[in-house]
Amino acid sequence: MRSEAAEGRTVIVSIEGLSKSYRRGNQIIPVLQDVSFTIAEGEFLALMGPSGSGKSTLLNLIAGIDKVDTGSILVGGADITSLSEAELASWRAIHVGFIFQFYNLMPVLTAFENVELPLLLTGLGRKERREHVEMVLNVVGLADRMDHYPSQLSGGQQQRVAIARAIVTDPEILVADEPTGDLDRASAEDVLTLMDNLVHEFGKTIIMVTHDPRAAEKAHLIRHLEKGFLSQ
Amino acid sequence: MLFKLIIRNAFRHKLRSLLTILGVAIAILAFGLLRTLVGLWYLGVEQSSATRLVTRNAISLVFPLPISYKDRIRQIEGVKLISYGNWFGGIYINEKNFFPNFAVEPQSYLELYPEFVLTPEQKNAFIHDQRGAVAGRKLAEKYGWKVGDTITLKGTIFPGQWTFVLRGIYRGAQKNTDETQFFFNWKYLNETMKRTVPRRADQAGFYMIGVQKPELAAQVAQAVDATFKNSLAETLTETERAFQLGFVSMTEAILIAIEIVSYVVIVIIMVVAANTMAMTARERIAEYATMKTLGFGARHIAGVIFGESVVIALIGGVIGIILTFPAAHGIQEQLSQFFPVFHVSSMTVYLDLAASLGVGITASIFPAWRGATIPIADGLRRIG
Repeated sequence: MRSEAAEGRTVIVSIEGLSKSYRRGNQIIPVLQDVSFTIAEGEFLALMGPSGSGKSTLLNLIAGIDKVDTGSILVGGADITSLSEAELASWRAIHVGFIFQFYNLMPVLTAFENVELPLLLTGLGRKERREHVEMVLNVVGLADRMDHYPSQLSGGQQQRVAIARAIVTDPEILVADEPTGDLDRASAEDVLTLMDNLVHEFGKTIIMVTHDPRAAEKAHLIRHLEKGFLSQ
Repeated sequence: MLFKLIIRNAFRHKLRSLLTILGVAIAILAFGLLRTLVGLWYLGVEQSSATRLVTRNAISLVFPLPISYKDRIRQIEGVKLISYGNWFGGIYINEKNFFPNFAVEPQSYLELYPEFVLTPEQKNAFIHDQRGAVAGRKLAEKYGWKVGDTITLKGTIFPGQWTFVLRGIYRGAQKNTDETQFFFNWKYLNETMKRTVPRRADQAGFYMIGVQKPELAAQVAQAVDATFKNSLAETLTETERAFQLGFVSMTEAILIAIEIVSYVVIVIIMVVAANTMAMTARERIAEYATMKTLGFGARHIAGVIFGESVVIALIGGVIGIILTFPAAHGIQEQLSQFFPVFHVSSMTVYLDLAASLGVGITASIFPAWRGATIPIADGLRRIG
């Protein structure tokens, strides 16, 4: 499976024996069980499966925003399961960009300011930050909307701002949880095309959770999860 | 940028923020006025001099001392000046027009109290006119008195109608000097007593002693009391500060009640502000989770929540402080017979600021902790 995924390219994510469960009262609910696979650099991977299959949990674990019960996740050679909360926060700021279903933009900040937000953790000066933000807003085609607040933008435009925010720090991996789930067909197509460009033109690795088969078609590889197990 | 986020978040729900700011402003206004009132209680203590002693009858302030004590006290080592007087307790027109009025020996009294500032001409006229009197600036303004006016007080402790000629209007040397007092020449009281009630003549209600230096105060006080020990009118001598504190202690229960109320006001607004911040943080938990996802740490999230709360509380606090000044002025105008000075001190302003800051910080402790510690995955589930 690893060689099939990698096809000679460098493996950027390596997951081995991953298990995760949640406690609800006295009940322990297994969400992921003994999941192992790899993701190659520059891959566009779609994770599919029915609701409750564990795909969002898997995405959260790869992105370092949740903790595993057992198993290991190596990202770029680093075992993120051994990092503390603070170390994970710093790691995410550098290595991972996030794209959410509902965009998760700060409503009180303009498009420019939303995109600038992650750069505050990089130590860049104001001028450099401005250059970075303007560049990525150009990439997503929203240079003319940088002073707009999220409420002044359409869903598709908001998602493009969110993508700009995800790539502004130039992370290796982008994780997207149902990025087209809240968009109409045309906007979804625009967003998927943009994500495809990020893979092909900028060499980003994208891991996308989706229910939408048409969204999954854009991916290079589709993996299915069923009841916490990786089925293919 | 994060500061921008804090400011914009603070005014995201304009009505809620404005109501919270208004609440804090009113609480700080009430706190400031109550603290000023407490400060007023200690006004006499604050104004007291370390080089002034008060000698009174050891049994009670209501019993007088022979005027002959004056010369014996003057002989005591360390005594620089001695003056004397009586609380007169006169009424101007009717009881509602209360103001403190004393019969004093003018020359020595004004020497002992340089904070009552008179022109040399007015001072001279007061000293040399047996019916002369001086009034504080605020008192004279209140009743429209001018120098040369005739003022009649109805005696209570010393019965009869007492007519004085206003020879001067004193100004306070400091901002908090009481400018609502009325002093008249002790000789007028004594000569009248000699004619009408001779047994009450030649008696002083109190002696004011000026010592050469503060370090001698205790020694002089002991010496004065020792001089009159086992006499018919034993004395009790204490520093002016201790004497004033004695008055404060008589009304200590009221003072404590006011102090408690002032802090209760702050506690109430803390609870209200905490509720507002808890609501706010609960609504924004997904945003905080998103920020954490982007790499912001717990301290950033806590800082944003603290900042928002402190901004709201400080704006309310500053408005409250600004309102305290006209409110204090209004109180003084309307209730000058009870509050001769209603000056908002810089200490009260600092306390107001500290209270505002305290409200802001305390109100955000729980929301900040919650925002900083909530697992990202849990926070992100609060969307949609």
